[in-house]
Amino acid sequence: MADVGSLNTAAVAGNTVEARGPKPKKRLSRNNIILYGTLIVVSVYYLLPLYVMIVTSLKGMPEIRVGNIFAPPLEITFEPWVKAWAEACTGINCDGLSRGFWNSVQILIPSVALSILIASVNGYALANWKFKGSELFFTILIIGAFIPYQTMIYPIVIILREIGLMGDLAGLVLVHTVFGMPILTLLFRNHFAALPVDLFKAARVDGAGFWGIYFRVLVPMSLPIFVVAMILQVTGIWNDFLFGVIYTKPETYPMTVQLNNIVNSVQGIKEYNVNMAATLLTGLVPLVIYFVSGKLFVRGIAAGAVKG
Amino acid sequence: MTDSKYSVEVRDLDLHFGEVKVLQKLNINIHQGEFLVLLGSSGCGKSTLLNCIAGLLEITDGQIFINGRNVTWHEPSERGIGMVFQSYALYPQMTVEGNLSFGLKNARVPKDEVAKRVKRAAEILQIEPLLKRKPGALSGGQRQRVAIGRALVRDVDVFLFDEPLSNLDAKLRTDLRVELKRLHQQLKNTMIYVTHDQVEAMTLADRIAVMKGGKIMQLGSPDEIYNRPQNLYVADFIGSPSMNFLEGMYQDNAIRVGDLTLPMDGYEYVNGGAKAGPATIGIRPEHVVTGELVDRAPVHARVTVDLVEPMGSDTLVYGDLAGKQLRIRMDGQARVRPGDDLPIGIDPSRASLFDNESTARL
Repeated sequence: MADVGSLNTAAVAGNTVEARGPKPKKRLSRNNIILYGTLIVVSVYYLLPLYVMIVTSLKGMPEIRVGNIFAPPLEITFEPWVKAWAEACTGINCDGLSRGFWNSVQILIPSVALSILIASVNGYALANWKFKGSELFFTILIIGAFIPYQTMIYPIVIILREIGLMGDLAGLVLVHTVFGMPILTLLFRNHFAALPVDLFKAARVDGAGFWGIYFRVLVPMSLPIFVVAMILQVTGIWNDFLFGVIYTKPETYPMTVQLNNIVNSVQGIKEYNVNMAATLLTGLVPLVIYFVSGKLFVRGIAAGAVKG
Repeated sequence: MTDSKYSVEVRDLDLHFGEVKVLQKLNINIHQGEFLVLLGSSGCGKSTLLNCIAGLLEITDGQIFINGRNVTWHEPSERGIGMVFQSYALYPQMTVEGNLSFGLKNARVPKDEVAKRVKRAAEILQIEPLLKRKPGALSGGQRQRVAIGRALVRDVDVFLFDEPLSNLDAKLRTDLRVELKRLHQQLKNTMIYVTHDQVEAMTLADRIAVMKGGKIMQLGSPDEIYNRPQNLYVADFIGSPSMNFLEGMYQDNAIRVGDLTLPMDGYEYVNGGAKAGPATIGIRPEHVVTGELVDRAPVHARVTVDLVEPMGSDTLVYGDLAGKQLRIRMDGQARVRPGDDLPIGIDPSRASLFDNESTARL
């Protein structure tokens, strides 16, 4: 009954072409509809709030009061952005988010640089220069990552007060650097431990010391992990609210704290457009970091070191 | 500087990882300009020993001398060694030139001297056109050449190789093996070479140290190791296909295996000769003769062929002798089929006799 078989094949394929080459794919298959349908629904769900924010921040207050939150602005105005940046009042200061922005930058740059520098050396030492008790030291550091921040707030207040850094930006930098240590050390230790140990041995035979191996052999081939650490730290520190609000004073408030003060102010009318613009401004830095550093995620940086 | 006839001396070396004793009371002396191969299966401690000599592993006890100088507490870079790794371990972000000169720059060698040495190494290894490239743009063979060059520029007396050819494909491995041998003849440095490949060991070595479980089972020239293995382990490990072992009873200068008697006339006894009792005779597959040579052999027998492996240059025949399997290496042109009744000849004076209990050569 070979005829039935070939008849069936012809009926399914719609013609009598013999199978050859890549199997034809149906574009509108059930799987594809489900897959793309789900993706579209989820993207709309996440992008809609962003759309509302951007649209609202570009409208004037009269237009907002009409209530069509999804409608595009009839008249585009950048006034809310200007106000959010330079004029909005937070507490006694009326110079907008700009003050908080520069405070945050002053907190961010030293915290990120210091924490990555120290943690990478930590990770390198723990991975390549095992000393007596290094595993114990590492375990203690990791446990640090699991202790809730809240339990440490008050002790840190006392410590900062005693060393005279309470309310100072340097104090907050110190706190961020210390709290970044466990996770970053883990990140760098695992990265360095995964590098071929022969490379480390070869560098030792070549007479490179602790710092020589670190700076001239390992760091140049570890750019991706530094980028990952930077992204982690920049987003973490920029978005931090808890430490920012506790360990600073109004003049040194970071941007997030200022944003909160603008958005949650109970005096006067709610300026939704200014709030939206302020929020978008605050979120801009992590966003830019993501977009810029995406390109730096180069794979195969270590290509050619070992058998390849 | 008292005893400079040895290039590398290892005295009573112990290395423990916690409870695991990797090396125990190991002694080995390596002559000036010698090519010594450390051979063994994985986990035998051969790479560990090399790392100890290089100073990359902290030893538990013992001493290491290089050129008569006690270097036990010296850093790897201070020991006067160059090392080549299995994984090449080239610095990926540096050019070939950077890789070669890295060690010299660390040692603060003057610039023109660095350039001179890099040029010389590149000439010897024929990698001059590659100097400006990064390791990623090199083939496996080229990378390994650069890795050898990195040891070469250091102008040291002792080269350490940690399975340098294991990552290369078969053809390249053979080519580089010959190149290494030529390099040794040209430079006349002391070379210590770790491998699990017995062909590499046999072809390259002046002396081979066969290792097992952190101990040296036998140290000798390839000829000694191959023809006069000191114990069953070495006899079994060296040679491919491996030696035939026939267990039997030894008595009055002859060994009886099943109903076959092998008189040991002309055999050179060691370790005080043999006593009557159970013993094992080891016969290399190529020492079992066939064809017209059978008539000249002292012992004659017949085997039934049950498997034939033609390999081109020679043919490996599996047969049955006195109830035991026997591997016979025949000429590649020999035409043998399973089921054939094959007359063979054995010369016991070329065989090896081992004590069953101590596994030592008799």
